[in-house]
Amino acid sequence: MDLLGSGIFKGMAVTLKNFAMTYFDRGRKERLPTVQYPEAGDTVTLFTRNFPFLIYDGEEEVDGMRCVACQICERECPPACIYIVKEKDENGKFVKRPKVFDIDVSVCMGCQICVEVCPFDAIVMDSEFEYSKEDRFGDLLFNRDELLKSNDYYHKIHPEEAQARDANLAAKKAADEAKKKAREEKAAAAAAAKAAAEKEASEKKDSPEASEPVAEEPKAEPAAPSENHAKAESEAKEKPAAEETPVEEPAAATDETEDAKEESSGGSEGKETSEEPEETAGSGEDDEKKAEEGEGVS
Amino acid sequence: MTMESSVVAGSEPTVEPRGFELIEREGLETNLLEVSMGPHHPSTHGVFRMDVKLDGETVTELRPVFGYLHRNHEKLAEDMGYLGSMPFTDRLDYFCSMTNNWAYALAGEKMIDLEVPERAEYVRVIMAELTRLVNHIMLVGFFVNDLGALGTPLLYALREREKILDLFEWASGARMMCNYMRFGGLRNDLPEGWLTKCREVVDAFPYFLDEYEKLLVENEIILVRTQNVGVLKPELAINAGITGPMLRASGVNYDLRKVDAYGVYDRFPFRVPMGEVGDCYDRFMVRILEMRESIKILRQAMDELPEGPIMGEAPRVFKPPAGEIYGRIEGPKGELGFYLVSDGTAKPYRYRVRPPSLVNLTVLEDLCLGHKVADAVVILGSVDIVLGEVDR
Ligand code: SF4
Ligand code: SF4
Repeated sequence: MDLLGSGIFKGMAVTLKNFAMTYFDRGRKERLPTVQYPEAGDTVTLFTRNFPFLIYDGEEEVDGMRCVACQICERECPPACIYIVKEKDENGKFVKRPKVFDIDVSVCMGCQICVEVCPFDAIVMDSEFEYSKEDRFGDLLFNRDELLKSNDYYHKIHPEEAQARDANLAAKKAADEAKKKAREEKAAAAAAAKAAAEKEASEKKDSPEASEPVAEEPKAEPAAPSENHAKAESEAKEKPAAEETPVEEPAAATDETEDAKEESSGGSEGKETSEEPEETAGSGEDDEKKAEEGEGVS
Repeated sequence: MTMESSVVAGSEPTVEPRGFELIEREGLETNLLEVSMGPHHPSTHGVFRMDVKLDGETVTELRPVFGYLHRNHEKLAEDMGYLGSMPFTDRLDYFCSMTNNWAYALAGEKMIDLEVPERAEYVRVIMAELTRLVNHIMLVGFFVNDLGALGTPLLYALREREKILDLFEWASGARMMCNYMRFGGLRNDLPEGWLTKCREVVDAFPYFLDEYEKLLVENEIILVRTQNVGVLKPELAINAGITGPMLRASGVNYDLRKVDAYGVYDRFPFRVPMGEVGDCYDRFMVRILEMRESIKILRQAMDELPEGPIMGEAPRVFKPPAGEIYGRIEGPKGELGFYLVSDGTAKPYRYRVRPPSLVNLTVLEDLCLGHKVADAVVILGSVDIVLGEVDR
């Protein structure tokens, strides 16, 4: 080392140079210019993720919803900020759609785990980041209708990803359809065989009420969706680790009764029309019986 | 009143003031002063407290107190699937989310003997070395900040870090909470053009380091304040389980990238910088030299980056067989390990993090004894802790 203090002066020269250069090469990228945020500057990159939203296809928000309320994301979300209640039709049967789908974005950490585990490509990440709200609790709890955004919007923010997802979905759909077709053909063949057998039997009996294949068909049709549903359910059950649920049915039954109880006590959804609880009450009783059976099993 | 009366009496004090020890020193009686530095002291890098006993300005006893930032990380992880903990590892050491991810992914992959594709391994090396740059540059910035060079060097460091964080955001979608690695690979491939940009940043980095060294390394004030301050003897370092740059600054040649050669680290020739004295200056210099080596690794990894898949054949449900595993990597701060015990279900039976920050912090008292209070701040700065990782 030479003169005492020369190190300090060398350092000072560096700061001086840096200071001076800010006036000469402003805007040069490697000097990292300030982004004038609200006016200019698009900070959104390819994989930018902030909070999730639900996709719907087509024009109808609720009808086009891809989510089937399988609740996998609810279970896998690390901070547990998703809350789902399945929707039921007036007979107390589940339709594949969530009635309540809440995400508490004040808890959500934008980790994208829900997107990765969703088997139906129904939930994806948004790149919207300007969420300023007045109420810390109420406004930051996004409900289903706030979360629903169109597929077109998704294509706008993440075009490549959206295309990949659409292709994936189309492939899946084609595969499903092929399967369904095969199953239908099988069912039709079986029905035909059965009809033939019955015909034979009836011919043997000489009874005039030989069941036509036409009458058989409506029976075969709904079989496919319900099978599908069951498949989705069982997938849902199996996928996250096939937890402690011993048998599939009892769990489903208890779920139903819980919902039914909530509804009949006017609980979660609050003021619904007075007819509904009565209607569900009937099915609720059934469900409770089932549940009791289920509990007996488990 | 009582004090006064004892003074008036001129002989031995009749009433001893409580809470203070009187010590005799060449005829002069002084009280030991107990000071609680922190938890909101600006030099403690978060919520960390040092209970120090001072004799004048000299530290005679120092007790680190931590736990203010405890978030129940390990217990939470035991109550959720293996994948669910991945985003939480980002939040251990928020400067090094990529290496945290890697350590956890490595432990998980060991559990089920999962092959990681070549490309993913290379990308992991790139990310880990970028993380090392981020961590070390920030350490140096904060260290000089603790010395009293407020602002300027720290802001230069922040500027460089920003460029690397932009790269992280581009690749993973988030600047700091990257959540980028998965058991068996990576979540997504590098976007188009990323590599070019990364090369630009890496190529520009040595110039910045030159400048930075000119700014700091010969500065007389830094030399005086750091040389022979907080000397860590190699024997103590080994006994205390110190790892990472802090251990190497004491002259022990131990780098997991060489020892374990995890991932594809055996393919990169690089040198392991070591200190001689083990004082704060060595710890500071070792980090600067390590950055230069990281750049070497980065250049080679980018040149050799193969094409191919980025995800191995990971099962959809991660359910390892019963057993235990310890996966470790050389994090920027030291050996970061994840110890997982599985009972065959989809949730870990035990999940334990071996945080380098916490273990390195254990020798703080030994380093500080006999130095001045102002040096204690410098020594803490040179240890390189992040409280998120210490407390978990
Ligand atoms: S995983 Fe997908 S389909 Fe299932 S409930 Fe969540 S968003 Fe809906
Ligand atoms: S992004 Fe993560 S935290 Fe947010 S809802 Fe999805 S899984 Fe939960």
